Amino acid sequence: MIWMDTLVQGILLGGLYALFAAGLSLVFGIMRLVNLAHGDLIVLAAYLILGVMGALGLHPFVAVLIAAPVMFCVGWLLQTYVLNRVLGEDILPPLLVTFGLSVVIQNGLLETYSANSQKLTAGPIEAQSLQFGPIAVGVMPLLTLASAVAVIFALNQLFYRTALGRAFRATSDDATTVQLMGIRPSNVFAMATGIAMVVATIAAMYLGTRANFDPSIGPARLLYAFEAVIIGGLGSLWGTLAGGIVIGVAQAFGAAINPEWQILSGHIAFVLVLLLRPRGLFPRAND
Amino acid sequence: MALSVSKPVSVVLGLLLLAALIAVPLIAPRAVTQDLFGVLTLLVLAMNWNMLAGFAGLVSVGQQAFVGIGAYFMFAAVILWGMDPLLGVLVGGLAAMLFAVPMAFFAFRLHGAYFAIGTWVVADIARLLAGQWKALGGGTGTSLPKGTTKDMFGVPWVKDVLDISSAAAADAVTYWLALGLAVVMLVASYVFLRSRMGLGLQAIRDNVQAARSVGVDPQRLKLAVFLLTAFGTGLCGALIFIQITRVTPDAAFSVLDWTAFVIFVVVIGGIGTLPGPIVGVVVFYILQRLLADYGTVYLIVLGLIGIAIMLFARGGLWGLFTARTGVDPFPLRHRPPAHLRVKASKV
Repeated sequence: MIWMDTLVQGILLGGLYALFAAGLSLVFGIMRLVNLAHGDLIVLAAYLILGVMGALGLHPFVAVLIAAPVMFCVGWLLQTYVLNRVLGEDILPPLLVTFGLSVVIQNGLLETYSANSQKLTAGPIEAQSLQFGPIAVGVMPLLTLASAVAVIFALNQLFYRTALGRAFRATSDDATTVQLMGIRPSNVFAMATGIAMVVATIAAMYLGTRANFDPSIGPARLLYAFEAVIIGGLGSLWGTLAGGIVIGVAQAFGAAINPEWQILSGHIAFVLVLLLRPRGLFPRAND
Repeated sequence: MALSVSKPVSVVLGLLLLAALIAVPLIAPRAVTQDLFGVLTLLVLAMNWNMLAGFAGLVSVGQQAFVGIGAYFMFAAVILWGMDPLLGVLVGGLAAMLFAVPMAFFAFRLHGAYFAIGTWVVADIARLLAGQWKALGGGTGTSLPKGTTKDMFGVPWVKDVLDISSAAAADAVTYWLALGLAVVMLVASYVFLRSRMGLGLQAIRDNVQAARSVGVDPQRLKLAVFLLTAFGTGLCGALIFIQITRVTPDAAFSVLDWTAFVIFVVVIGGIGTLPGPIVGVVVFYILQRLLADYGTVYLIVLGLIGIAIMLFARGGLWGLFTARTGVDPFPLRHRPPAHLRVKASKV
């Protein structure tokens, strides 16, 4: 029975990782950009939610509604004024710029908020759980997974049912030709990064209510998110959810055997999947 | 013409600088020797990463794996197998190169940005595994036994000849080794890049298809560079930790110390140029001195400079210098043979 419980906890943890990864997956799918600062931007969003909660005395669920538009603007500005300038054939400049950004955000947060760990307090809901037969499931982890499913469903609807989504897909296919149709790729990219930051803010809320966070934890979140994207297959959002769950389950089982093996078994699952299926479980994009 | 005049001049200047650097432990205080040891080891790491990312197009964010493995196997050689620390450095370098084989098998399936994070994941695996090495202290790490460096190869001799303390002699020996490693790395890089293989490497970087069509095998060349730089990085890591004398998984596999700083040094100096890492390491050292008291602000400034360079001057400081002056004392370009040059001028 303990294994069943571990499996369920792992799947729920996978929901959080899928939320980390969804923004990364979206941005990569549209502009082939890997944002090495994604983990740090999630942590930045968590501090922003903390700030909003402190200033206005709000619950995290409400504070995220104020933080999300702010993060959308951060993403939009970042893409318009920095990242659009380095997109191109050469992958080195975007990598190094986002790597620099990661260091700047981490140390900026360290300077402002110190290295003390923080937590977003959500009140009694944190301790509540539902009983499914013999297995108890926390309400917050369940909400996290439900949000991950909802976010990915919404992103897919946006992608395949709206004019903006059509622009996303067209720009992803051929950024030169869409300009003949009156679409400016730089605007499309800015929108995409803005939306990715909204998803990152939702992820940040669940990250902050689940456990403590401090300015240094961004890069580890980036690794989990990246692993989820690659396992799922590049360009497939539902694949990203599956990838997040693979990592979550692997970590949960690793931790059940020996707490020191939690992260290690997630990494090893990633390596194994890639050795067996180099293009991930549900590949869509060609590179 | 500027080339033929400036090349001997730069060689003479380089030799003078080298002589001055060799003399440092004899004339300068120990603190200076230790500082320069840090600068030289950073330079070696930077030259290795520049070779990978700047010339072979392999943007690795997992170089800390090789530093850490070099350090850990040097410690194992000394503590578990009773070897001389300097022999341990060699063991560390070889272990790092051995680890690079499965790492390459995995990471070479990934391309571009995904290669970057793939190497990072593998380095994190190495860090977590090092934490499981109970004989070397597991997650809390271990120290070199007291007096290890005192009896290290060459140290008693240097101590007698220069009439200094054992600790100062050990500093001098590790310093000279770091200097030797940096010089060998620089010369080897130059010779390699001017060779057939180096030309092939730069051809791959510029256009893979075109390089393939003239018979260059990209995978084999990239693999060779990956393994060789793993060796160099492992040697350097082992040497650094002789000086530190204490190893923990988090310090030995630190992405900030062994990869982020290195990337900034290369980017600021000029990625894909031979003198870039040297220029970068000098700027890095000056910044560190100026901003040492401000802690994190220093890292923020470094990050912002790195971003600015990528946005406005991708060739780094060295690229700006050669573009402005037209002087390039270390030309990697091959000028066409004389008879072809004449024809070209007629056309």
